[in-house]
Amino acid sequence: MLHLILFLFFGAICVAGAVNLLVQSHPINSALSLIVVMASLAAEYLLLGAEFVAAVQVIVYAGAIMVLFVITIMLLNAGAEQHTKGSRVAILIGVPGALIGAVLVAWTLLTRGHTGSVAMGALPGSPQDIARLLFHEFLLPFEITSVLILIAIMGAVVLASRPEAIARRHTESHQPDPLPQERQPAPQLVGSGKEH
Amino acid sequence: MTPNPYLWLIPILPLAGAAINGFFGRQSSKRAITAVALTFCGAAFAVALFIAFRFSSEAAPYYFDLAHWLRSGDFHVDFSFYLDQLSLVMMLVVTGVGFLIHIYSVGYMWDDDGYYRFMAYMNLFMFFMLTLVLAKNYLMMFIGWEGVGLASYLLIGFWFLKDSAASAGKKAFIVNRIGDFGFLIALFLMIKHFGTLDFPALFAKIQPLGVETAGAGLLTAIGLLLMVGAAGKSAQIPLYVWLPDAMEGPTPVSALIHAATMVTAGVYMVARSHVIFERAPSALTVVAIIGTLTAIFAATIGIAQTDIKKVLAYSTVSQLGYMFMACGVGAFSAGIFHLMTHAFFKGLLFLAAGSVIHGVGGEQDMRKMGGLRRYMPITFITMGIGTLAIAGIPGLAGFFSKDEILWKAYSQGSWVYWLIGVITAFITSFYMFRLMYMTFGGDYRGGSEHYEHSHNSHGHGHGDAHGHDAHGHGEPHESPWVMLAPLVILAFLSVVGGWIGIGGRFEHFLAPVFQSAPAAELAHETGGEGANQFTEKLLMGVSILAAFGGWFFAYLLYSSKPQLPARIARALGGLYEAVAHKYYIDELYAVLFVKPLIDGSTEILWHGVDQGVIDATVNNSAVAAREVSDEVRHMQSGNLRSYAGWVAAGGACVIAYMVWMGIR
Amino acid sequence: MVPLSYYLVLSGFLFVCGVLGFLIKRNIITIFMSIELMLNGVNLSFVAFAAQWHSLSGQIFVFFVMVVAAAEAAVGLAIIIAVYRTRETLNVDQVNLLKL
Repeated sequence: MLHLILFLFFGAICVAGAVNLLVQSHPINSALSLIVVMASLAAEYLLLGAEFVAAVQVIVYAGAIMVLFVITIMLLNAGAEQHTKGSRVAILIGVPGALIGAVLVAWTLLTRGHTGSVAMGALPGSPQDIARLLFHEFLLPFEITSVLILIAIMGAVVLASRPEAIARRHTESHQPDPLPQERQPAPQLVGSGKEH
Repeated sequence: MTPNPYLWLIPILPLAGAAINGFFGRQSSKRAITAVALTFCGAAFAVALFIAFRFSSEAAPYYFDLAHWLRSGDFHVDFSFYLDQLSLVMMLVVTGVGFLIHIYSVGYMWDDDGYYRFMAYMNLFMFFMLTLVLAKNYLMMFIGWEGVGLASYLLIGFWFLKDSAASAGKKAFIVNRIGDFGFLIALFLMIKHFGTLDFPALFAKIQPLGVETAGAGLLTAIGLLLMVGAAGKSAQIPLYVWLPDAMEGPTPVSALIHAATMVTAGVYMVARSHVIFERAPSALTVVAIIGTLTAIFAATIGIAQTDIKKVLAYSTVSQLGYMFMACGVGAFSAGIFHLMTHAFFKGLLFLAAGSVIHGVGGEQDMRKMGGLRRYMPITFITMGIGTLAIAGIPGLAGFFSKDEILWKAYSQGSWVYWLIGVITAFITSFYMFRLMYMTFGGDYRGGSEHYEHSHNSHGHGHGDAHGHDAHGHGEPHESPWVMLAPLVILAFLSVVGGWIGIGGRFEHFLAPVFQSAPAAELAHETGGEGANQFTEKLLMGVSILAAFGGWFFAYLLYSSKPQLPARIARALGGLYEAVAHKYYIDELYAVLFVKPLIDGSTEILWHGVDQGVIDATVNNSAVAAREVSDEVRHMQSGNLRSYAGWVAAGGACVIAYMVWMGIR
Repeated sequence: MVPLSYYLVLSGFLFVCGVLGFLIKRNIITIFMSIELMLNGVNLSFVAFAAQWHSLSGQIFVFFVMVVAAAEAAVGLAIIIAVYRTRETLNVDQVNLLKL
């Protein structure tokens, strides 16, 4: 009973956050709603007994990834969305498609999905067990993901750095590549926040 | 049957010569080309003589299996060669006359640019012809059959840059093909019902069968279809139309292929298939009727021709008719006898005509010749001997063979055949002596128009590039000895070649081949002959009369009273026009067959099927692809959200499908 | 005792919200956040199933999903910055040429 109430409570917060993400026009509001969603999901994980996952969710997702998003929003001085000419296809075909898919899945689950129930705190296992699993059966994916992160770091650094920085590095080693001149000066990276 | 290991050499030697000249001839000197061509052809003749000397009728027939070919269940066909008395005669004729004509061509074609090509083609023809006569089964014969048709096409259209020559080559090949179709169907029937095409095996299976009297039946069908093939190859009604046009080719070609050897392949084939024909009397009657009709029909056309080679061409068709008439009444050995003598004198006549043409610088119209006996004595004498032979003047070769046919036609056939044969002999004598008088008699009518290009409508023109234009004179001259020597040899053979038929020696020699007649026929043959010695002598007298009568009429019209022919032609009016235009048969065929075929092909097959269906399908599928992709292109707008929209829609479809599959 | 299907419905709802956000929103960063929302929905269903089958491997998989999401977010945002430098806009409709 308690489980159900708590589930519904946190579920409602989750739903509200998700809907708010869609509704808000300024990206910072959407980011904050997303943080709310993640926090409520962490609570759901706790309800299911996955403490470690919940902790990681808060630390990594809400704490690192969302911070990254917020930093970028502030860096780029993103403003409220303007209404430009969008894509008819996306609205006319995509949205109904997504909704139909959703309805189908929901219908299938609720009428035919004779799955069982979960109890509160049903998941077994302490972090030690998780760690043991991680470093025994899942060692290879673990190592590969570390390589993946490395690659992601390098990619992010290269993509986000300025062209002149790369050019300068090139001139130190050999003849400069004729990179195209920037048409306008780069925008103020340290925003004065005038457009918020 | 005894094996003979030398048989396969005879066809292969000319093939080697053809290959060497064909591949290397372009860079070789003319002497080298000549040496190769004559050596290999002569070698084949030498081997043939060698085999002939060692030929023994007791050991005959000889055979040689070269290699396996087809094996399909019980049916098998091999590359095998076969030599009995019949093929011995054919082989000697082909190699001997062929070798002489090769020597002649050295002189005739020396100045032609395509000299090596000519020699290669001639050797190739020898290979195919020898394969035909030495084959041990019908399929090998068919290889030779088709091959000589190919060689004929190549050689008729030798001066291929000339439209008329190329068309004549095509016409020959196509009309031959029609005959080959009949031949093929006959082969299929044989395979189906007898399971073999090998001569000894096949004839052994047919031998015990009785005579089909109802006029219908398997053997009659086979016989008629074989006759279709023979009519195509040997230029009988209705498929003779290619042979006069084939005179577009160089004269040695006309001599070798269209007089002595290729056109006789049909006669040889009918003689070889005598076992079948003897048991299908209605087919045999058809053969006789076709032969007889062709003989007189072609002879009448020959009267009005003005081109010297065309006269000889129609004469060939007519003489082939004689051979088929002989086979048609069951006198196969008489037909082969006439084949042999005809090879001698017709080959001689064509080669001599070539010598005449060479001597007058390319002119072929007899109206522009005349008086050539003074300029070309040797040609005149040899051609005269050939004319005497073909007319059936007693003592020469043609007399014996033609008389044999006429007697057999009367005694084994019916007096109708004999009568038509005699009339044809009269006409033959007439037009041959007409040719002689117009060409050699009187005074030379040519010369002034020699340099004009309008000299004849047969377009000998620039294509006759054997250098007499380079002689640059208006006077006819004798040909070089390399061309005259074969003439002399053939003239000698035209005189003595018939003497081996005296007393029935030739027939006796060939008897073992033709001894397979069903019992009823044998009785008929022996019963009739003994009592009719007097009739035979009487009929011989009639044919001699016809021969001399024709000579006399020719003398009358073309030597003593030269104004008569024109008056007679005017008096006959339309009839003469019809004869002069070959009874408009070519025009008739054009209207009945050629034009509908071409129009149908153009309209239905070309515009309708090829352009309308096939091209349209390919083009329209390309157009359709382009139009579809034109529409689909709009999906790639570069807009991220529309992509996402399509993905979402696609995902919904997949989910719907999975749900539906789960529900089912 | 909550039926598993409730969790799955919630997870599906989050996913659908993510899809709709991807389709509707015009700001690149917001679209990115919708992707993260989709990933979260999937994570929830992983954990829910893991809870039903009492399996630890489901949680392990969630870790990996998170790691990948983090890497992807890093690289994606770097791309967004690079795009912003040249295009001067965060409107996804104006980023429709393959040429930069």
